[in-house]
Amino acid sequence: MKFTIKVWRQNGPKDKGRFETYPLDGIDDDMSFLEMIDVLNQNLLTEKKDPVTFDHDCREGICGMCSMYINGTPHGPEKATTTCQLHMRSFKDGDTITIEPWRAKAFPVIKDLMVDRSAFDRIIQAGGYISINTGNAIDANAIPIEKDLSNEAMNAAVCIGCGACVASCKNSSAMLFLSAKVSHLNLLPQGKAEAKRRVNSMMKAHDSEGFGACTNTGACHAVCPKEISLTNIARLNREYIGASLTSEKE
Amino acid sequence: MTRLVSKTPEGPLADKWTNYKSKVNLVAPNNKRRIDVIVVGSGLAGASAAATMGELGYNVKCFCFQDSPRRAHSIAAQGGINAAKNYQNDGDSVYRLFYDTIKGGDYRSRESNVHRLAEASVQIIDQCAAQGVPFAREYGGLLANRSFGGVQVSRTFYARGQTGQQLLIGAYSALSRQIAAGTVEMYNRHEMLDVVVVDGKARGIIARNLVTGEIERHSAHAVVLATGGYGNVFFLSTNAMGSNVTAAWKAHKKGAYFANPCFTQIHPTCIPVSGGFQSKLTLMSESLRNDGRVWVPKRKEDCGKDPLSIKEEDRDYYLERIYPAFGNLVPRDVASRAAKYVCDEGRGVGKTGYAVYLDFSSAIKRLGEDTIRERYGNLFSMYERITDENPYKVPMRIFPAVHYTMGGLWVDYELSTTVPGLYAVGEANFSDHGANRLGASALMQGLADGYFVLPYTIGSYLSGEIRTGEISSDHPAFDKAEQEVKDRLQKLLSIQGDRTVDDFHMALGKIMWDKCGMARNAEGLKQAISEIQALREEFWSNVFIPGDASGTNVELEKAGRVADFLELGELMCRDALDRNESCGGHFREEYRTEEGEAARNDADYTYVAAWEYGGKPNEPNLHKEELVFDNVELKTRSYK
Ligand SMILES: Cc1cc2nc3c(=O)[nH]c(=O)nc-3n(C[C@H](O)[C@H](O)[C@H](O)COP(=O)(O)OP(=O)(O)OC[C@H]3O[C@@H](n4cnc5c(N)ncnc54)[C@H](O)[C@@H]3O)c2cc1C
Ligand code: SF4
Ligand code: FES
Repeated sequence: MKFTIKVWRQNGPKDKGRFETYPLDGIDDDMSFLEMIDVLNQNLLTEKKDPVTFDHDCREGICGMCSMYINGTPHGPEKATTTCQLHMRSFKDGDTITIEPWRAKAFPVIKDLMVDRSAFDRIIQAGGYISINTGNAIDANAIPIEKDLSNEAMNAAVCIGCGACVASCKNSSAMLFLSAKVSHLNLLPQGKAEAKRRVNSMMKAHDSEGFGACTNTGACHAVCPKEISLTNIARLNREYIGASLTSEKE
Repeated sequence: MTRLVSKTPEGPLADKWTNYKSKVNLVAPNNKRRIDVIVVGSGLAGASAAATMGELGYNVKCFCFQDSPRRAHSIAAQGGINAAKNYQNDGDSVYRLFYDTIKGGDYRSRESNVHRLAEASVQIIDQCAAQGVPFAREYGGLLANRSFGGVQVSRTFYARGQTGQQLLIGAYSALSRQIAAGTVEMYNRHEMLDVVVVDGKARGIIARNLVTGEIERHSAHAVVLATGGYGNVFFLSTNAMGSNVTAAWKAHKKGAYFANPCFTQIHPTCIPVSGGFQSKLTLMSESLRNDGRVWVPKRKEDCGKDPLSIKEEDRDYYLERIYPAFGNLVPRDVASRAAKYVCDEGRGVGKTGYAVYLDFSSAIKRLGEDTIRERYGNLFSMYERITDENPYKVPMRIFPAVHYTMGGLWVDYELSTTVPGLYAVGEANFSDHGANRLGASALMQGLADGYFVLPYTIGSYLSGEIRTGEISSDHPAFDKAEQEVKDRLQKLLSIQGDRTVDDFHMALGKIMWDKCGMARNAEGLKQAISEIQALREEFWSNVFIPGDASGTNVELEKAGRVADFLELGELMCRDALDRNESCGGHFREEYRTEEGEAARNDADYTYVAAWEYGGKPNEPNLHKEELVFDNVELKTRSYK
């Protein structure tokens, strides 16, 4: 297969950046999208040029490192699929493929397609945990948890923290990410004790990192590789209202 | 010659750990605040260790090369984590888990460490459940279990096919809580490039900030390496792309012995290689062997046919045939070798002839597609995405691939390397799995080390450091280490040759896979050693790295890692050559029983091979830790 690759090149955080276009030949339809970039990079290196920098690690859709717009869509055309799990058979021979880094105020570009997502870590640090020190736990079977409830928590816990939800949102809101974490913990009995505090402080961190407000367009869910449900956002909003009411009373 | 002292405590096996804990020196809370500890790595082992030491009150600095601690390679573990809870009432116990692990490891691990691991396993599940890890549950609300290879009880806890992810998120959240509390300072996108040893003690590290390119000094009273395994020496493996040996190798060059480097685990159920540009291999969790049946056609002529057209009587369910007691659930090394044999006979399937079928049709008939989807849904869709085939309808095609490294830095009972103050936890150490690791035991070991072992044992060393005061990074040893790191980066950049880093890595991988892979022999290993030496020489005169060291330079990062793999690869071959026996994942073709199974040599090789760096990669010195088995009888491992 043959492609024309139009990719964002930016030499550092301060560089303005621009698109570069490269022709690419000899791509197999069984190759993954990142293997296609590997081939492009090997070609660039043979010409003694700087290869395209991008984040990746596991290449099996679980670490959340890979992060790019492919033809305008975060993670590209396939539903529920990260960039690294995308295969070239999803494209047509001769296509032009445009690749860009996440665009969001809270995710500044480091180089080419690599961005800084440490804002997500800081949101988790604000309350995305259950406060239990090592060694303090009771027997794991002491609290039975309804299977359906546990499944629902798991559905939220599978978020890989990739940031596609933010990248797809016109307000750069991270509500899908945030609500997934809050739901995972607040649904479970272990997480109840801190539920209100968690919602309040994580919301505050979200806003102060420069993520925008949620206007319920659902664009985030459409691109989320783990299909995190919008009901998590609804649940978060309910809990947030509840939590701010009680904190006012206090 | 330094004698290797394992520091195994006295007393009966089952009491050793309890006795140790009740006697070990402690550091008082007010003193902990004055002690700095560096943890390199934020996978299960590193994140759990850093979080727990932070909770205890130490000042911790934690490093990872990814953009967030949550992305460590542990995240990719699928199948599950073992624990001797005996929730299923099927006769499990701490002793049985200990015994299975010793036997599964082909009697090449230390009894005392393994027993402690089995004891800690029980607490791990409690801790993780309390953190909110959404383990699979039964309708009654209690935790569910599944079986893994090499055992006859059901002791594996899991969270769908994403157990590693959920456990790591648990450890990451504990770590995040400590970061917020100010006890842990996190350094993302930093790569450790050397250990600094001052007056014989590990006192810090040199790290490169992978965003700015700056070389930084970090000092501490002790350094813990939790940097994972080195399977990527084979280029193609199931490890994440960035997994590497650099931290452990630098420690080795600074005096830490490297133990059993040739013990590599080749996992039987991976998606076969499809093309020349393949960058990594994808594991299909071993849990699939609970319900999938492995087969190849009985006749070579049938190999190219549509599998659905091959009649039942023309299929060879070879694992069930050869190993009736364990069937499809034999340990990994046994399953991998069996697949290699049937393919070498010409009965392999798929494009390359190097694949076997893993068939779910009888399980689907028995349990229904929904149950299978619930158990393995994400694995099935992962398979379909990669191969474009539907495994609910057509049997999967699988083949063994490099997966895990049992070898690693030698550590004593306290998880200390041979350099005082330098510790190794998780896959980076050699400790608990002997010559073969059982499924679902790496997650257990990483978390046991990090949550429940190291935070105690490191106290034994740090209690002697309370009067040391702050460690200065101005010491000449820091100057020297920093200069060496800088010189090496400049050297790499100045070569400006014609071959890319990946090209060298692939060439090394091929040598390793062909000659130090699933089966090895003396002649092949000798060839491999000279081929690696030649490749290493070419690397240092002909590698091409663009750009400079001042900012993000991914080729430069990769080059440093491949340079270390080129030295490690040779040591692995030397170790494999030294071990004139077959055991676990180490299969020497010259040493097999009449039936073709691995022939161990307990009289001569019941030792841990701990290699000391000899100044050059081709001059390592071998030290032996004799293994003493007081509690289990050494038997020929039989899964028939
Ligand atoms: C696909 C797959 C599936 C698996 N499934 C299972 C399973 O079901 N059950 C099971 O028990 N085991 C499983 N394993 C094995 C298990 O996942 C690993 O052995 C284990 O997670 C290793 O954890 P760790 O903490 O030791 O290292 P890792 O998770 O590899 O973490 C290494 C850390 O070190 C950091 N690091 C490395 N080098 C440097 C450096 N030079 N400077 C700074 N930081 C550095 C990295 O950034 C990372 O944070 C699986 C492995 C694979 C590959
Ligand atoms: S919610 Fe979905 S898109 Fe957003 S970070 Fe999580 S996995 Fe990625
Ligand atoms: S590289 Fe890990 S999710 Fe894509």
